[in-house]
Amino acid sequence: MFPLTRADSFAQRNDDAFDAYGTYPLHQRAPHKDVFAEGVQHTQQPIVTGTSVLAIQYKDGIMMTADTLASYGSLARFKDVSRLHPVGTSTIVGASGDLSDFQYLQSRLDQLVTDEFTHADAHDLGPAEVHEFLSRVLYGRRSKMDPLWNSVLVGGFRDGKRFLGYVDLLGTTYSAPSIATGYGAYIAIPILREAVDGRQDKLSESDAKAILHDCMRVLFYRDARSIDKYQLATVTADGVHVSDAQPLDTSWGFAEGIRGYGAQTQ
Amino acid sequence: MTSIGTGYDLSASTYSPDGRIFQVEYANKAVENSGTAIGLRVKDGVVLAVEKLIHSKLLVSESNRRIQTIDKHVGLATAGLLADGRHLSNRARDEAASYREHYRSAPTLQFLVDRVGLYVQAYTLYSSVRPFGCSTILGAVDETGPALFIVEPSGVSYGYHGAAVGKGRQLAKTELEKLKFSELSLREAVMEAARIIYLVHDDAKEKDFELEMTWVGSETNGVHLPVPQDLFNEAARKAKEALENFE
Amino acid sequence: METIDINRLKSGEVNLGTSIMAVQFKDGVVVGADSRTTTGSYIANRVTDKLTHVHDRIYCCRSGSAADTQAIADIVHYYLQIQTQTRGAPPSVHTAANVFQELCYTNKDALSAGIIVAGWDKESGPSVYNIPLGGGLFRQPWAIGGSGSTYVYGYCDATYQEGWSRDQTICVDHIMDALALAMSRDGSSGGVIRMCVITEDGVERLFVPGNELPKFWQGKECWARL
Repeated sequence: MFPLTRADSFAQRNDDAFDAYGTYPLHQRAPHKDVFAEGVQHTQQPIVTGTSVLAIQYKDGIMMTADTLASYGSLARFKDVSRLHPVGTSTIVGASGDLSDFQYLQSRLDQLVTDEFTHADAHDLGPAEVHEFLSRVLYGRRSKMDPLWNSVLVGGFRDGKRFLGYVDLLGTTYSAPSIATGYGAYIAIPILREAVDGRQDKLSESDAKAILHDCMRVLFYRDARSIDKYQLATVTADGVHVSDAQPLDTSWGFAEGIRGYGAQTQ
Repeated sequence: MTSIGTGYDLSASTYSPDGRIFQVEYANKAVENSGTAIGLRVKDGVVLAVEKLIHSKLLVSESNRRIQTIDKHVGLATAGLLADGRHLSNRARDEAASYREHYRSAPTLQFLVDRVGLYVQAYTLYSSVRPFGCSTILGAVDETGPALFIVEPSGVSYGYHGAAVGKGRQLAKTELEKLKFSELSLREAVMEAARIIYLVHDDAKEKDFELEMTWVGSETNGVHLPVPQDLFNEAARKAKEALENFE
Repeated sequence: METIDINRLKSGEVNLGTSIMAVQFKDGVVVGADSRTTTGSYIANRVTDKLTHVHDRIYCCRSGSAADTQAIADIVHYYLQIQTQTRGAPPSVHTAANVFQELCYTNKDALSAGIIVAGWDKESGPSVYNIPLGGGLFRQPWAIGGSGSTYVYGYCDATYQEGWSRDQTICVDHIMDALALAMSRDGSSGGVIRMCVITEDGVERLFVPGNELPKFWQGKECWARL
């Protein structure tokens, strides 16, 4: 045991003084800080992450989109991961942020749906209930100083009514005709507010698709944690539908003639 | 019965000199007095049906269901004490949920039956508790295909193609034995189940009854659901017709 | 109060600075790993076996803290033995991966463990799961992990073909090349290559000694002659 630490101390670590195994008598040891002095530290950073989620209300219900990338820092680690999760028959949940925490939320939601189903009491969960549930879970965890590192969108269509809500790692919630998380909140929201808000009852499915498609393209151009592959989900009176991953068309040809960064012409 | 007055029947933790546990046998009596419950396991699914005796005309129809859902793909029908059946189904739900939590996949029916059996058996060991006064029929379609089991008050369990418990079990078994389970479709099984329940109901002795039927299989996408109203009505109608021809 | 500072203690720990990998093909999976274990820059073990048996047809490749990943693998091994008994059949790879995931996720604050789980089962045939640092679970046709893997993402993306699923030897050769490349660039990886071919029929161990690794460009210098 001891030679191992010895050898190690020859190398990079500058802590020859550190008595890892407590081999010195108490009075000779370097004073240690009480580990509880600064409170218990919990999770503290997201590791495998997803970027923006966008969602809008339109004539028939809700449309939501997210790309399929799971990043590991700046490494594009998993390129075909779904971040849109159907819950029951009238709700879609999309998440950005830490994907292990999102997977935890997915299993909590699946448990909830199974519980509700086995009760067979003719009640099931709609988007408002799912949104409330998630907000309580996320707020509860932030209050334990151990947050689930996500921004989550909940969309749905039930009893002829649209629902679109937001929850984040602090338990903050709000509702709007168009919502975006992450980079989308900076880049897509101005576009979405212009195109959607106040016109929800007129937008057709193809209008909605086109608007979100345009936003995803801008995000791909400007978000360094994005990928040109995304999924679209709709929730309408017909239920929840999540599309296969589809490629994003992008244009770069205009750049061919660009020379230098100012006066240069060739 | 030889047990009465001997003192060997006062506790589940006491054997009789010839090796019997009378409290468990009494629990079986509670089952035998109950409305019949049956299960049919066919090639593409399982049907559960119950003859629910109506003790009072004041009861809301379709209340006090005797078939419960344990997990998406698992149904449980009970015969015997209704409250005991509900307690067991809650236990089975917990088992199913904890299996899913641990292994992130659907439990097999064999697993649930083993766990419920273990639980029921524990109630045959102690003087401080009474054995469960119910037999449960569990049906599901899992990764191994359609499955059907009975768990008895002793905790023992068996797998079946056709299962029957409760008052009319003898007649029901006779009828079940005539069926070719490997050839029956799920829809045909629904018809047979309704027919058997109507057949075994003794309306000379018993009051009204309500037919309760659920199914799980290819037609339900592997989800345990009540038999849809139109099919249910058709099955009940045919069952009544068959009854008239039978007599 | 006198206490041990766990974070300083952990920083002195034995690490599997590692290159690990798994590829699935039609009849099974191939898993592979280098053999270097370090404490800081000292090689504590140059012939480590990072391919760890957790059940008859399920192995995991360990990266991160040796202590953490060994403890996790031991616990999963125990769980799977119990599951085999209660289920009356060997566990699925899916189940094994989920047990790993649960441990890694719920204890993410205390663990440094990046694990690849791979194997063969009756239900879904061959499968490969990746459980990176935060405790997420991702199924992939092939997976790479450990510090060395970052040097060969491009190589693997460019080389891997969907059609390989038919050919075991191509998968073995691919793993050998990718690991050799990773080991040659990553100071925390090295030694020998160990591989396991896991199929319904059994597990076959393959070994490439450190002096017989596939050779690639050796970084020849080319000064202009003055």
